[in-house]
Amino acid sequence: MSAVLDLAAIAPAFPDPTRGSQAVFRKVMEAMARPGVIHDLGFAPDAPQGLDRAAGAIALTLFDFETQVWLDPALRGGTAEGWIRFHCGAPLTADPMAAAFALITELGSAPELTAFNMGDAKYPDRSTTLVIQLPALEGGAPVVLTGPGIKTEMALALAGLPDGFWAQVQANHEQFQFGLDFIFVAGDRVTALPRSTRVTIKGD
Amino acid sequence: MTARPNEPERYYNYAYLDEQTKRMIRRAILKALAIPGYQAPFGSREMPVPYGWGTGGIQLTAAIIGPDDVYKCIDQGADDTTNAVSIRRFFAQVADVATTEDTGEATIIQTRHRIPEKGLTEGQVLIFQVPQPEPLRGLEARETETRAMHAYEEYGLQYVSLYESVSTHGYIASTVGYPTMIEERYLMSPSPIPKFDNPKMGDNPAILLFGAGREKRIYAVPPYTNVRSLDFEDHPFETQTWEEDCALCGATESYLDEVVLDDSGDRMFVCSDSNFCADRRAAGHAGPMAGHQLAALDKEPA
Amino acid sequence: MAYVAVKGGERAITNAHRWLAEDRRGDVAIPEIETDQIREQLSLSVDRVMSEGSCYDRDLAALAVKQAGGDLPEAIFLMRAYRTTLPRFGASLPVETGQMAVRRRISAAFKDIPGGQLLGPTFDYTHRLLDFTLAANGETPVEGALEAEEAQAYPMATIASVFAHEDLLEPDVRTEDAPAPFDLTREPMAFPAGRDQRLQALARGDEGFLLSLAYSSQRGWGSTHPLCAEIRLGEVAVEFIPDELGFAIEIGDLTLTECQMISTYGGGIDTAPQFARGYGLTFGHCERKAMSMAIVDRALRDAAAGEASAPCQDEEFVLYHSDNVEASGFVQHLKLPHYVDFQADLQLIRRQRRDYAERAAAMKEAAE
Repeated sequence: MSAVLDLAAIAPAFPDPTRGSQAVFRKVMEAMARPGVIHDLGFAPDAPQGLDRAAGAIALTLFDFETQVWLDPALRGGTAEGWIRFHCGAPLTADPMAAAFALITELGSAPELTAFNMGDAKYPDRSTTLVIQLPALEGGAPVVLTGPGIKTEMALALAGLPDGFWAQVQANHEQFQFGLDFIFVAGDRVTALPRSTRVTIKGD
Repeated sequence: MTARPNEPERYYNYAYLDEQTKRMIRRAILKALAIPGYQAPFGSREMPVPYGWGTGGIQLTAAIIGPDDVYKCIDQGADDTTNAVSIRRFFAQVADVATTEDTGEATIIQTRHRIPEKGLTEGQVLIFQVPQPEPLRGLEARETETRAMHAYEEYGLQYVSLYESVSTHGYIASTVGYPTMIEERYLMSPSPIPKFDNPKMGDNPAILLFGAGREKRIYAVPPYTNVRSLDFEDHPFETQTWEEDCALCGATESYLDEVVLDDSGDRMFVCSDSNFCADRRAAGHAGPMAGHQLAALDKEPA
Repeated sequence: MAYVAVKGGERAITNAHRWLAEDRRGDVAIPEIETDQIREQLSLSVDRVMSEGSCYDRDLAALAVKQAGGDLPEAIFLMRAYRTTLPRFGASLPVETGQMAVRRRISAAFKDIPGGQLLGPTFDYTHRLLDFTLAANGETPVEGALEAEEAQAYPMATIASVFAHEDLLEPDVRTEDAPAPFDLTREPMAFPAGRDQRLQALARGDEGFLLSLAYSSQRGWGSTHPLCAEIRLGEVAVEFIPDELGFAIEIGDLTLTECQMISTYGGGIDTAPQFARGYGLTFGHCERKAMSMAIVDRALRDAAAGEASAPCQDEEFVLYHSDNVEASGFVQHLKLPHYVDFQADLQLIRRQRRDYAERAAAMKEAAE
C-alpha cells in the first residue's frame, strides 16, 4: 500500500488545521460522551470522492503516523486513500486486528466485527475505533440506547445497516471491558456509539 | 468575563501543544469516554509547569480548548489561588480564550481538589488535575499488580481496607479521594476531592475528564454515568457536614474552609467555592461575619 | 492576610517573578555572568543539564543554568520543557563509540589494553585542597597539558573487541529489523521494560538517585560485584540519512562518556558462564553518572532474570522514581494549597479524638 502519490490530484484539507481539527474534535468528543446524539460537521472541508464530509473531517482530526488505519476495499487505491495518506500520514494496514481505526463505507461487505481488535484485558483502549459511513443517520429501523452518557434512553434509527448488524453491536457490548467503539457518519453528520452503550432492538 | 488578549506573534503553537500531541491526547480522551473509569495511558509531554502542578489537566485543556471557549480555573474551589491564577493566565495567553470566574458561564472548568457547588450543565466540561490516578496505589505500590486488578475486576483489597477502617474506627475513615465504582465495573479515584463532592459525580450533565500528567493517565466519567462511592450496607457512605454555616454568605450546604483568625482558637468557616459564595452575597445572603475583610476580596482583580 | 487572601494573586505572581530575577542577578556591582562563560567554565554543569535534559545543545544548557541561578534540576526542567516543543526531523544512525576520538580512556580490568590507558582530564588524582589562586581576581594561570601521553591509535579497540576472541564477555548483539526503540518522551512507561526503555530512563535519570542506588548495590543491596571494564570520553560523529539523499551524511559530533561495567555471570542450563555487562552513556563528561547508570543497568538485568530483591534491582521502583523533573515537581507540589484536604483531615481527627475521649472516659468509669 505505498504507491506513489499524485500530489496534483490531492484536494486540500482544513484551511486552518489547528482551528478546524479542534472544532471537529469537540463535536466528536460530545458524540462519544452522549451516544446517539447527532452533530453537524458542515463547517469541515470537502472530502475526496468516496468519502462524506464528516468522514473526511474525522480522518483529518484523528488519524496520523501513530495510528494504523484499515480502509475498506472500496476506498483502497482511490483518491480517498491518497488524500488520507497525504494529509494524515497514516500507515495503512490490511490487517483489521492491527487497526487503530477502520474506515468503512460499505458496511455490507465489511468483515464481521469480531475481525477487528477488541483490546486486551489490561489495555482495553487498544481496540479498533470503527468509522462507518452510512447513507443517513435517521430513517432506519429504530433501536433504543441506554448506558453512560444517556440520561434515560435515546432512540437511534441509522439507515442502511445490513441485517444482523445490531446483534453484532449487542455482542460487542456484552464483552465490556473489551470492545469496539463506533463513529457513524452520513453526509455532514456524525454520531457515536461506545462499547458501553446497551442497544435494545424494538420488539426484543 | 475578561476579553482575550491579542497576541500578534506566537513563539508556540495555539494552546501550546503541537497538533500531533493534541491528536494523541484526543484519541485517549475518546477511549477514556468509551470505557468509563478506565485509566488510559497517554504519552504525557513535559509541560512548562512542574509535574504535580496540573500538567495532566493542562494537557487535557490544551487538547480540547478553542477560541470560542470560556475558561475557568479553580484550585481548592477558589478562582483566586495562586496556581489557578497562573494556569488561567497561561491559557489566556496561549489560547486567546476568554476567562471567567462564573461557574455557569464557563464551557471548560479546570479544577484541583473540588467540584463547584453550582450544578453543571450539558455542554460543560470539567477537567480534574490528578496527582495519583490509581485508587489502589495506597494499598499496592506496583503498577503491574494494580493494572491486573482492574483487568480482572479484583477489588477485594479495597473492600478489605474499608472493612479494616470500620473495625478500627467504627466508620470508614476516608476523607478525600474516596474510592468510587463506575458503572459497577471500574474502581476509580475521583482525584483528591473531598468525599463531600463524590455525590456530584454521578449522573452529572457535564463531561468529567481526569488528567494525570506525571503518571501519564487519562480517564473519564461521561455525563449521566453511574458513580457509586464504596460503602457497606450497615455503614453507608456519608459526606462531611459542618455545625457552622458560611460566615460570609450564610450557606448551610457548601464545603467550608476553616480560617484561623487569631492564636487563641478563634475560627471562621467560609465557602471553599469562592464564586458560589460571592454569588450568594451578591444576591443578598449574609452570614454572621458578612462584613469581614475576606468578603471584600472578590471585588479585587484576581 | 497575604497568603490566605490570595486575591491579587496575579500581582503577587508578577512580583515574585521580578524578585526572583533580582535575586538571580545578585549584586549589580559584580559583572553579569555571560552564558558563554558558563558554557566554557562551568562545562560540567552544562554537561549534566544536557544529559538529564535529553537535549544536546551547550548554548541552551548554559542559558538554562544561568536562568535557573545555578539550580541544576531546575535547569534540566527548563531544557526538557523546551525540548518537548521541538519538531522531529528523524532519527540519526546509532553513534559508533568504537570510532570515538578518545580524550580519556581507562580500564580497571587490565593493566594495559590495546589503545592503552589514557588518563585525560579528570578529578581522580587531584588532592581536594581548595585552590585559593582561583579565588584571586583576573586570569587564572593555565599551563598546557604535558605531552606525557602518546597520541593513540584510532579507532581505539572497545572492551568488547578485547574480549571477543575468548567469548568471555557477552557480545553486542545487533538485532536486524528491530522495531524502532521505545521512546519515553512519546509513550508512557510500560512493564516489564525492554532494555531500550530502561537505558533511556536511566540516561535521563537523576545522577544523585542513580549514584545512591549504585552505591547501595555495592554495599550488598542487590550486589552484582561490578568491575569497571572501560570508561571512555571523547567525540563521536553523528550521521543521518536524509530521505532526499538516501545515504548517510555527518551532521555534527557529540561529546560522550561511555562506561562498560562487567560482572561475573554463573551461566545457566544452556548458557556458559561469562562476564555480563552493564552499560552507561551520557552526553558530555558525566563520569559519575555513566558509572552509576552502568551499575544500575546491570542490577536491573537480574530483575529481568527474576532475581530481584533489592531496591536497585526493582525495575518499577527504579524507573518510576529516577526522573528528577517528575520527582521534583511532585515533592514540591506539596507547597500548593491543600486546605480543602486539610479541612477534611481536621474533621476526621477531631471526630477520632472525641471517640477516643469517650472510650477513655468509659473505661475509667468502668474501672472505678
